[in-house]
Amino acid sequence: MIAFDIGLDLFPLLAATLASMGCAVLGNFLVLRKLSLMGDAISHSVLPGLVIAFLVTSSRNPIGMMIGAGIAGVLTVLLVELIKKLGRVESGAAMGVVFSVLFALGVLLIESEAVRHIDLDADCVLHGQLETLAWYGAPDTIPDLFSSSTLRAIPRQVLTLLIMAALALGFIGVFFKELRISAFDPELSTTQGYNASFLHIALMVLVAGVTVASFEAVGSILVIAMLICPAASARMLTDKLSTQVILSIIISILTAVLGYIGASVLPGLFGRDAVNAAGSISVMSGVLLTIAIIGSPSRGLIIKTLRNRALETQIAREDLLAFLYRAHEQGEQYVPVNRVLRAMQGHTRVLPKLIKSDLLESRDDTVSLSELGRTKARDVIRRHRLWEHYLVDEAGLSPDHVHEPAETLEHIRLDPPDFSGEDPHGKTIP
Amino acid sequence: MQSPGLSISEIVETLTFQSGFNTNVVILGTTLLGFASGIIGVFALLRKRALMTDALSHATLPGIAIAFLAAQSLGFQRRSIPILLIGATISGVIGIVCIQFILRHTRLREDTAIGIILSVFFGAGIVGLSYVQSNAPNNSAGLNAFIYGQAATMSSSDVILMGSIAVIAVLATLLLLKEFTLVCFNDSFAKVDGWPVSIVDLLMMALVVIVTVAGLQAVGLILVVAMLIIPPVSARFWTDRVWKLVLIAGLIGALSAYTGSVISALLPRKPAGAVIVLTSGVFFALSMFLAPSRGVIAASIRLLRIRLRIAGDHVLELSHDLNVSTIPNQAFDELSRIRGWSLPLRWLLLRALKHDDSVVRLSNDGLVLSAKGVARGHRVARNHMLWEQYLVSYADIAPSHVDWSVDQVEHVLSARLVARLEQELAKQGIDIPPATPMKPGGAG
Amino acid sequence: MPPFVHPSESTGTLSSRPEHSSESPLSIHAMTVAYQRKPVLWDVDYDAPPNKLIAIVGPNGAGKSTLIKASLGLIPRASGQVEFWGGSYKQSRARVGYVPQRESVDWDFPVSALDVVAMGRYRRIGWCRPVSRKHKDIALACLDHVGMRDLAHRQISQLSGGQQQRVFLARALAQEADLYFMDEPFAGVDAATERSIIKVLRELKENGKTVIVVHHDLQTVPTYFDEAILLNMRIVASGPVPEVFTEDNLQKTYGGRLTLLSEASEAVARASRGER
Repeated sequence: MIAFDIGLDLFPLLAATLASMGCAVLGNFLVLRKLSLMGDAISHSVLPGLVIAFLVTSSRNPIGMMIGAGIAGVLTVLLVELIKKLGRVESGAAMGVVFSVLFALGVLLIESEAVRHIDLDADCVLHGQLETLAWYGAPDTIPDLFSSSTLRAIPRQVLTLLIMAALALGFIGVFFKELRISAFDPELSTTQGYNASFLHIALMVLVAGVTVASFEAVGSILVIAMLICPAASARMLTDKLSTQVILSIIISILTAVLGYIGASVLPGLFGRDAVNAAGSISVMSGVLLTIAIIGSPSRGLIIKTLRNRALETQIAREDLLAFLYRAHEQGEQYVPVNRVLRAMQGHTRVLPKLIKSDLLESRDDTVSLSELGRTKARDVIRRHRLWEHYLVDEAGLSPDHVHEPAETLEHIRLDPPDFSGEDPHGKTIP
Repeated sequence: MQSPGLSISEIVETLTFQSGFNTNVVILGTTLLGFASGIIGVFALLRKRALMTDALSHATLPGIAIAFLAAQSLGFQRRSIPILLIGATISGVIGIVCIQFILRHTRLREDTAIGIILSVFFGAGIVGLSYVQSNAPNNSAGLNAFIYGQAATMSSSDVILMGSIAVIAVLATLLLLKEFTLVCFNDSFAKVDGWPVSIVDLLMMALVVIVTVAGLQAVGLILVVAMLIIPPVSARFWTDRVWKLVLIAGLIGALSAYTGSVISALLPRKPAGAVIVLTSGVFFALSMFLAPSRGVIAASIRLLRIRLRIAGDHVLELSHDLNVSTIPNQAFDELSRIRGWSLPLRWLLLRALKHDDSVVRLSNDGLVLSAKGVARGHRVARNHMLWEQYLVSYADIAPSHVDWSVDQVEHVLSARLVARLEQELAKQGIDIPPATPMKPGGAG
Repeated sequence: MPPFVHPSESTGTLSSRPEHSSESPLSIHAMTVAYQRKPVLWDVDYDAPPNKLIAIVGPNGAGKSTLIKASLGLIPRASGQVEFWGGSYKQSRARVGYVPQRESVDWDFPVSALDVVAMGRYRRIGWCRPVSRKHKDIALACLDHVGMRDLAHRQISQLSGGQQQRVFLARALAQEADLYFMDEPFAGVDAATERSIIKVLRELKENGKTVIVVHHDLQTVPTYFDEAILLNMRIVASGPVPEVFTEDNLQKTYGGRLTLLSEASEAVARASRGER
């Protein structure tokens, strides 16, 4: 925390975190309902609403702007639906038409004379003005923060974000059950008395609200990242919706804090100027998502690769044991190593391991099953022949075609039905 | 929009390329771009990749920032557009590849993947730009132009670039329309038929990338998607054929770009990109409402006509059911109530019955049917019975038709179908006699 | 998973298989297909007799479409080989026609019925060349053949389900193939279309073609088809319809899914996806 400066960093960080949390919690349901891009569309098209509200109230009155943007947000949803239905236009294209036209309108309005003299410019729409939330005259030490002057110093944007984040969290908390069922099956939900389209509109209004509140502070692009990425990361980590929501909140806080540090503190350590914090937070959300995709303990790429490896080794071991068992059945107690190696097709690593774990005994240039190895091998062969028996007798495959499927099935954790006698090839099932 | 001191001659001059070299360059360049992107957009739309192109354009930003830094470290003093565009292309393509990766290796769906790439890449671009600005402030001013576009900076070499892209778009479409259409419509068939679907796909995507990158400077990366999507979506309202779609989309694209850049040239502080997109939005709205075949107004008129005809049938059928040729006002009101016809609809209905079909005349007693009206009433009533009989006697083979309600079907049966129904029913020994005709007018 | 060689137990796999001649338009050997690594077809062996109408029947989820798609290389095979007239698919591509499921395309697409049928000629027309008069006439003749000439210039969304299916059939005819694969051509069509499709199928057979059809209506199989493949994750039986349609075989095919086999599919899928 060498470079953390209460005056410069406290409120921007707070704003980023609140925006992040509010967006993330709603984002779960956007991702679930395939509405991710609606969040994108709304965050683009609230711009004209903001500007018009400003023109009408001729101030940066947060309530007025919130109403203007809220109307624009709902209008976007309605227009997209309208174009989809009336114009028979596919939903992606309909969104593209609506948000780009509305955004263009916003850009034009921003450039107009009436708006020019205030500091609402097109660039800060995109990447926000976190940096302007600096607190001049802030206390130097943390204990000094606990005073009434701190409350008075909280900027309006932070307060708005606080309210919106609380609303979003409250909405999800109260209507969690209803939202879950309506996300899963809108029609079922409606017949159960939870009006899906009402929930849909309520969700969209909240998305618009959070978007607007975040807009000024962090900009529209960060809003999209915040809506989608933490929820998507959480989705990689769990199958349970409630866990996913909680995880997404934690991830959103991490994203904001790490992203902010990455932008304002980190460059300072290398003697560089700070970079744009909103952009850095977006990047951080992408980094965390990448980590989730790669490292998720249940479905990450790493764990999948490891399990695949383990499975391959297991299969190679079991195949080797079975190979020797069959040789023993044919009366060959000691099998030459080079023949074993040839049969193993590249998985030669397992041979010394099996010897080490006393499953095999080696003598001169030959190997043989130990007592322990024999038990294990018998198990594999038993499963193999039971599966063959099942495939022929129950599944009706022809006897000469069951060997290969049985080769696969003998290794999985599923027991074939028991049977005693001979397999389809006339071999005894041990 | 106020336009102080904007004279007609000024407008005409701008429209006709007579208002100075720089303005002409901008108008010509954006028009060519609009034409090319309208054409290429057709295939993005038909392949359902509309928003993929949005992700692509946003994903170009980090490439621009990195290319700028790289060019500087290599000793280029001023920003070099070709290098920046190469950077843009590379990072845009990486973005698309990332989307494909996410789709293949995770459980996340396409909309989420697009949103992720769009925002994360753009965020990275913003970080890059802010880094450039604080470390090389002198030369970086132009980089922001890629976000919102700066058509005003177009040079004549840009016009040549746009022109060549338009030529490429036209050539590619002329040569490969057949292949593109096939892959967009039915890729599995194309694959079985031996076409290299992924190569055709790649070609279409490459064209989209070229147009997107070329459009960055003119309209900016946020709005370039509009130039690709809006013209084809608008054109779709006017036609049902791919080649016409391509032509009309190209025209709408060119026309919006032309109109937009002219307006932008005439009015102060109106960025061309935004004006062009708004213009194409106007074209979209016009197309959606006014187009003759798929337009909303034409469709609602058609729908209203059918409703009126069916409602008229119901009225005339009533005369058959009541066995009168003058329907009392009371009975008509009752029917309207049951059918839930609103007042305007009733008014339109009576008008249609009176004037268009001249089957009814209004009198104090009620609706007086002409001979034609009586006959139509009988026909409808009989069709109704036929169809009901058919459904009853062929309950086993009719299920594919039961979603047509009796009410609807009786009005749409053609003479040929009626004859077939009669045949089918005759086979079952069911005969529906033609209804006995009544005398028209007041005899009831 | 690495197959292991056991000379002792894998005997017969090669020798007992009927000697497939170049006569057979399609021979599938030991084909296993997995969707996202979940086996949906187990070790299928099949030799299609030439010049026959062949139905693939089985309950929902039995892998009927999968069998067609995997044979055509539209979905990857986990193992096994498919040969067309004793050669690879690439060599014989020009002799193979395909009718995909009707729902597989967007019928709001801006093309006319004639345009769709002309797609069957594209292979002959080749890259970059437009559809010439000659090919258009052939396409029109094919539309005529299925009784749709009058509707040639209709946009395809304005056609009924049955008419759309006939357009697909006409496109297959335009391919002028020797072996046809049709995925549920009778699904959701009216009686008139069904009759016209079966008429066309019989003509194809008279002209020496082979047609393999995914079919969902057991009752019509004996009247429409010569041969049948009873499928439920594996081939239960195949051959001439009267021989194949026994109480026992049908019971095996439709008498509920073999729960253990489905479970095994799931378990294999989980294991190879790296999940527990």
